[in-house]
Amino acid sequence: MSQPALILRDVHKSFGSGERRLCALDGVSIQVAPGSVTGLIGPDGAGKTTLMRLCCGLLKMDGGSIEVLGLDAAQQPAEVQAAVGYMPQRFGLYEDLSVQENLDLYADLQGVPKDDRPERYARLMEMTRLAPFTSRLAGKLSGGMKQKLGLACALVRPPRLLLLDEPTVGVDPVSRRELWEIVYTQVQEEGMSVLLSTAYLDEAERCDEVILLHKGKVLGQASPGRFSEEMVGRVWEVAAEGLRPRRLQAELARHPGIDDAIINGDRVRIISSQGYQPQAGTLLPTVQGLRLEAAAPRFEDAFVDRLADPDEAQRATPEINKLAPAERTGNPIEVEKLERRFGDFVAVKRISFSVGRGEIFGLLGANGAGKTTTFRMLCGLLPLSSGRVSVAGHDLRTAAARARGRIGYMAQKFSLYANLTVAQNLRFFSAAYKLRGSRQQERIEWALDGFELASYADTNAGTLPLGYKQRLAFAAALMHEPEILFLDEPTSGVDPLARREFWARTNALAEAGVTVLVTTHFMEEADYCDRLVIMAEGAVLAEGTPHEIRARARTPDNPAPSMEDAFIALVQGRETAA
Amino acid sequence: MRLAGMIRKEWLQILRDPSSIAIAFLMPVVLLFLFGYGVSLDAKDIPLGFVIDSPDGNTASFRASFDHSDFFRPKRFNSIQDAQQALAERRIDGIIWLRSNFSSQLLSGLDAPIAIRVNAVDANQARITQGYIQGAWLSWLSQYARQHGRSLPLPVAMEQRVWFNAALISRHYLVPGLVAIIMTLTGSLLTAMVVAREWERGTMEALMVTPLNMREMLVGKLVPYFFLGMGGMLFTVALAVWQFDVPFRGSFLALLGASALFMLVALALGLLISIVSRNQFVAGQVAIIVTFLPAFILSGFIFDINSMPAPIQMVTHVVPARYLVSILQSLFLAGDVWPVYWANMGGMGVLLVILTLVVRRKAYKGTFD
Repeated sequence: MSQPALILRDVHKSFGSGERRLCALDGVSIQVAPGSVTGLIGPDGAGKTTLMRLCCGLLKMDGGSIEVLGLDAAQQPAEVQAAVGYMPQRFGLYEDLSVQENLDLYADLQGVPKDDRPERYARLMEMTRLAPFTSRLAGKLSGGMKQKLGLACALVRPPRLLLLDEPTVGVDPVSRRELWEIVYTQVQEEGMSVLLSTAYLDEAERCDEVILLHKGKVLGQASPGRFSEEMVGRVWEVAAEGLRPRRLQAELARHPGIDDAIINGDRVRIISSQGYQPQAGTLLPTVQGLRLEAAAPRFEDAFVDRLADPDEAQRATPEINKLAPAERTGNPIEVEKLERRFGDFVAVKRISFSVGRGEIFGLLGANGAGKTTTFRMLCGLLPLSSGRVSVAGHDLRTAAARARGRIGYMAQKFSLYANLTVAQNLRFFSAAYKLRGSRQQERIEWALDGFELASYADTNAGTLPLGYKQRLAFAAALMHEPEILFLDEPTSGVDPLARREFWARTNALAEAGVTVLVTTHFMEEADYCDRLVIMAEGAVLAEGTPHEIRARARTPDNPAPSMEDAFIALVQGRETAA
Repeated sequence: MRLAGMIRKEWLQILRDPSSIAIAFLMPVVLLFLFGYGVSLDAKDIPLGFVIDSPDGNTASFRASFDHSDFFRPKRFNSIQDAQQALAERRIDGIIWLRSNFSSQLLSGLDAPIAIRVNAVDANQARITQGYIQGAWLSWLSQYARQHGRSLPLPVAMEQRVWFNAALISRHYLVPGLVAIIMTLTGSLLTAMVVAREWERGTMEALMVTPLNMREMLVGKLVPYFFLGMGGMLFTVALAVWQFDVPFRGSFLALLGASALFMLVALALGLLISIVSRNQFVAGQVAIIVTFLPAFILSGFIFDINSMPAPIQMVTHVVPARYLVSILQSLFLAGDVWPVYWANMGGMGVLLVILTLVVRRKAYKGTFD
């Protein structure tokens, strides 16, 4: 049993050639211990998927060797593929086949004897809780259910090594917990070895061992506890009377002795620089009643500390002109009994909320909860089935272009023109909002300087690093100084550092009086919002400040629940009520 | 077990996806009706302008011979200028001008000349019109000669017999060719799309990591579409024979053999396209340009291969539909002409061997690089 399940020795892999050559893996050497869960953690573009595909023999490596369960992945790909279970990122479910037919197909392909099937199916359906849905088409399942079915298909014949490529992306917290339970059951019952990649840092702590991958290089391999240990004595939680966490976080982030500051519930979590010992009295002299407490380090702290590059100005935030105090009264966004149906399917069920001026308002929910549909109706991209929406006093579907000129919109995939340069993109978007002449020039310079894009001005947007793409998209949405900003899943697939940068910028906007509506499926980001609604299956489960919503899940066992705990409690409460 | 599972899965997908059924069975109906009823290469009801400078009994008799023809719709004009104007405006396709000396020439030497103007914008149509008018003229002249007890001073008399398609109905030779076009659609277009779909939806990645090998994967894909395509073929033939009254004079076995071989070639081509493109939209476009259009234009389905320029004729040899069209036209209209049959079967066989070799090479290399 001491033989590692997977050994990579100095693996190199790059794509493309010449100028566009992209190095995906650069001398990766790792081992995966048998009978345990190893997490492969890294931001998008770190090389996680490439590594997984190499291990399955789906790609040819440029150098090095990979040994899977004692087999050479390059020489014996067929044997390797027969021995491992692999679940690609977009799992290969046939959406036009039913749950049962998908299982049958993979059982046939894996050669599971007919007699063994009923028992195996029953076990898998019980674990995934899909038993009531066996005759439903896979395409009609929710995102979480699809992912569980995908896992069931990969487990139909228990493999000795299971490779999971980002199995939990975009999956709701309840399904995420279930997926982890299934994985651990397999490890304990079957002695399976698991290599699992993820971009969620909180999941790292559920792994037995973690491999940190960044830009094709291994930054470290150890148990999550070992990573955290290095941070002991540098992680603190700060709270101040009468100062909202967001303001406090903004203050702390500017402090030279603090490397990182994020909102964590009602407090701000900081990492102090090496050798700096913060004191409650002197940390922020201007703030009254500051409390400072040492906190237990988490994996994320170690991750940020290792990855943060002091040379890269991560917090590029431009000056934002204060909006003139509102000349109109009333809330900038009002939603009343909004409903949207697609045929028989009700995507959004009579939801109501309102957003005040200068607020950051969050729409939280898993993929498929109805966030994007709601969002599109608000922006006037989709007609309503019934109900009423007013944005800046108008219904954007019927409003004049002038009303649209007061809102900014950043789409999920950053709708930029990939083959135009950064400057050309900015010029186009500013022209689309009727900026001309010196005013246009001024705004373009503001964007290039403020977002530190000047050095990339003549680079095509498509070849920018992801974090810079996000900056450019943000800048494009702000060219005309909108008073209301819509941000659809702005942090999806973006690494933790870029997410921090994003929230710092959004905070600055709200401080300047801009109203921000943002959707996200990262539960912990909810704490950056002033108020939020949690959506599931098209309905609003809860509305309120992050503090209020978390308070609902408070129990004697769990006095300080996280937003994710609150979400799960809400969903389960709804299910028992139904 | 793996192969059976793969085939079962493909069948279920075909049954649940209305678009593949539509391509296999609805498309033949649409194309058959379009080509069976809509498109016709026969000259019929051609609008003709008549200009008769000095009308008399002879000119009236000549004109009357056009009135009773299915081919023409004659219309009288008072002057050649009016008729030319009408021709320019495309109200008529040709002009027959009987000058004032028509009758006198007729009496003196029986060589009554007529002037013909034909709108040759559509060269093919113009040639047909011209031929028909000439035929009508000659037949009227000989009839006139017989009535007046004289013989026509022609050096040779033409006795014509039209073989295989005696009524000269273009539908009879278009519809058999259509079978090849429809099989190209199901075989290449559909296959190209379904394999590309596996890449696009990411299911290919999952399949590749199962013990399923490339051969099983390809065979599993091909078997259902082979039967779907053959079903479409039988359906088209049935429609052709019973709905469009196209005669079928060859043997059914020969038809089955030829279409089965062609289906394999078409499927191999479809697979090759999808392996190269991996994207449904591109695969569809490429399949139309590489298989459907050549089958339409270069197969001899509409345009005669022998009248193409030599370099184009060379190109037609790599168009698989060309061989099937040739077999089908002879099977339907002439019967089992074995030299034609086997020569064309040989052509398809060579293409199949080449394509299979290429697909195998490409497919085994088909990883994510």
